[in-house]
Amino acid sequence: MQYPFRHLLAVEGLEPPYIAALLDLADHYALQNRRGTTQRDLLKGRTLINLFFEDSTRTRTSFELAGKRLGADIVNMSVSTSSVNKGETLLDTAATLNAMQTDLLVVRHGQSGAPALLAQKVDAAVINAGDGTHEHPTQALLDALTIRRRKGRLEGLTVAICGDVLHSRVARSNIHLLLTMNARVRIVGPPTLIPAEAARLGVEVHHSMKSGLADADVVMMLRLQKERMTGGLVPSAREFFRFYGLDAEKLAFAKPDAIVMHPGPMNRGVEIDSAVADDPARSVIGEQVEMGVAVRMAVLDTLARNQRRNA
Amino acid sequence: MLLFTGARLLDPASGLDAPGEMLVRDGAILDHGTSLGRPDGATVVDAGGACLAPGLVDLRAALGEPGAEHRETIASAAQAAVAGGITTLCALPDTDPAIDDPALVSFLIRKGEATGCVSILPYAAATAGCQGREISEYGLLKEAGAIAFTDGRRAVGNARTMRLALSYARAFGSFVVQHPEEPALAAGGAATEGERATRMGLPGIPPAAECMMVERDIALARITRGHVHFAHLSTAAALDRIRAAKAEGLAVTCDTAPPYFDLNETAIGEYRTYAKLSPPLRDEADRLAVLAALQDGTIDAVASDHQPRDADDKRLPFAQAEAGGAGLATLLAVTLARVHGGDLTLLQALDLLTARPARLLGLDVGTLRKGAPADLVLFHPERGWRVEAGRLPGKAQNTPFDGRALEGKVLGTWKAGRRVFG
Repeated sequence: MQYPFRHLLAVEGLEPPYIAALLDLADHYALQNRRGTTQRDLLKGRTLINLFFEDSTRTRTSFELAGKRLGADIVNMSVSTSSVNKGETLLDTAATLNAMQTDLLVVRHGQSGAPALLAQKVDAAVINAGDGTHEHPTQALLDALTIRRRKGRLEGLTVAICGDVLHSRVARSNIHLLLTMNARVRIVGPPTLIPAEAARLGVEVHHSMKSGLADADVVMMLRLQKERMTGGLVPSAREFFRFYGLDAEKLAFAKPDAIVMHPGPMNRGVEIDSAVADDPARSVIGEQVEMGVAVRMAVLDTLARNQRRNA
Repeated sequence: MLLFTGARLLDPASGLDAPGEMLVRDGAILDHGTSLGRPDGATVVDAGGACLAPGLVDLRAALGEPGAEHRETIASAAQAAVAGGITTLCALPDTDPAIDDPALVSFLIRKGEATGCVSILPYAAATAGCQGREISEYGLLKEAGAIAFTDGRRAVGNARTMRLALSYARAFGSFVVQHPEEPALAAGGAATEGERATRMGLPGIPPAAECMMVERDIALARITRGHVHFAHLSTAAALDRIRAAKAEGLAVTCDTAPPYFDLNETAIGEYRTYAKLSPPLRDEADRLAVLAALQDGTIDAVASDHQPRDADDKRLPFAQAEAGGAGLATLLAVTLARVHGGDLTLLQALDLLTARPARLLGLDVGTLRKGAPADLVLFHPERGWRVEAGRLPGKAQNTPFDGRALEGKVLGTWKAGRRVFG
């Protein structure tokens, strides 16, 4: 079964077979990437625009690489060089992109729902590359692929997502995806960084790393942005690190073979200790980046196929 | 002279609900009864069995003028109002400039008179510039014709300022209308805090922000013996506090608006910015609590809470879009939906739209009493229509009810005996 939709805007609401199909295809691309045998003309003649209203070198580069490996023509538009700064609205941008006959549009925006708004107005297939505090679907897919490769499955695993869940689109997409695939999900953080009614998403909420990490198979750390400290949601970086930063001592609460993940970029010494982040026996952070390219190839390939089919 | 025949006369002030006729002379209601004969020279309007009721008294509407004429002018709002059966409309003062000067109050009244179809009763700013710091000149503003005092969409956040406002307004027999929302707690919020906002990744406004402002101002009403009126109530907890304050005998009144008893937060699904309102739409339990407070009389009036916005205000990512919904043309029909749903009687619904807000404002309208101004609405309670953004009367098209099928159509509106719609 293939992912059948025109856009990829959110993980919430996706059926398990569609997620599995994207992961299987990504696995295939991961293998090809390692062998260097990628078929380089699948997206030949297709135009992919990376439309980034927020800075993100890694995600943009990952999409760029994925598109290039499949032979697409790629243009990067970032907010600092586009006319959005000159008062052009999101929908003006949409009209411009339509006129340029864009096939695939990768959108990163600081506002929740912005890619969905664009998707209503553009002819291109829209891929949400992170919107506000809403979702970041390809991150959740690459995290799931990494876990699946390491643990052989998603079902039945216990995954602890730790830190600033309140502001994290990565956390939301991961929660939806992992629950859909029948993993157990815990979120761990101080109450000021846990979203309202989080338990109603189907997760367990923990405020201590000890209980939150107990017997976890996967420990997923989130980035704590410095603004959160100035906003008073946590009093200081040192206090946060003491109680919620992942170090060897806290990691010991998890299963002995638990893997450590982080979407990057890391704040070493704030949410994660270097000794853990760089431990090849536990950290899969490098593999997450590798799987990111494979997942994005799978998504671009799939949406381009859907576009051809509906043409 | 004007003679209505074949009407269902509805006068919530007296409890009248009977078939009959009505005679209007010199802009006032001369008589009504089962049969009034055929006076010479009277223009006859055959109501064909439709409902004839007092024109609606809208306690709360923003007009866009002065300062935001691209959204709505007084003339365009008047057009929408009469199409919705509204003949008296209280205009919010948080315009640009804010209505905090007697000359501006006079300006609005003159502009209203120039429309010739609806009385515009301006609120004046509760504080200078609606900035929430120093109270404005209540005495002079009242003399110029201000109906009461409020900062519109802004809460008077400072407790001392609110205390002074409530206290000082007593000197002029007036009251202060509060937007009940604790500003610091609501700052930056776009939707009601809870599961839905969490899923959509939207900054939340906790329902408690309403309750705590209501609690604070009830305490201030108690020490000042002033009259506080809370606008657009939307939560169960705040309504409970108001119910208790009324039982205590305090001068506390409140209104709500149709979105809060007809819609809940699911209306913002898919980031529908037309359903982004202030206060935000709440969960279903709160909607039901608003309905219960309409039934038991805790809520004194249903207002349109009209807030005109244009496409540029709304075609934005949800958190960046402006809050507010157009409400003039749908006020009657959405309220009637609760009558068709069996939650309110027809007289109860009309009472909330006419007699009770008129009484609150000390006005001689909202009634079919003989001698009262002939401000009238003729409507068919069951005739259906569909709300369509882009095809509403007036300029503002930002209705949260877009696509909604409604029963209850205004056939005609009369202002002081003169037909102004239909």
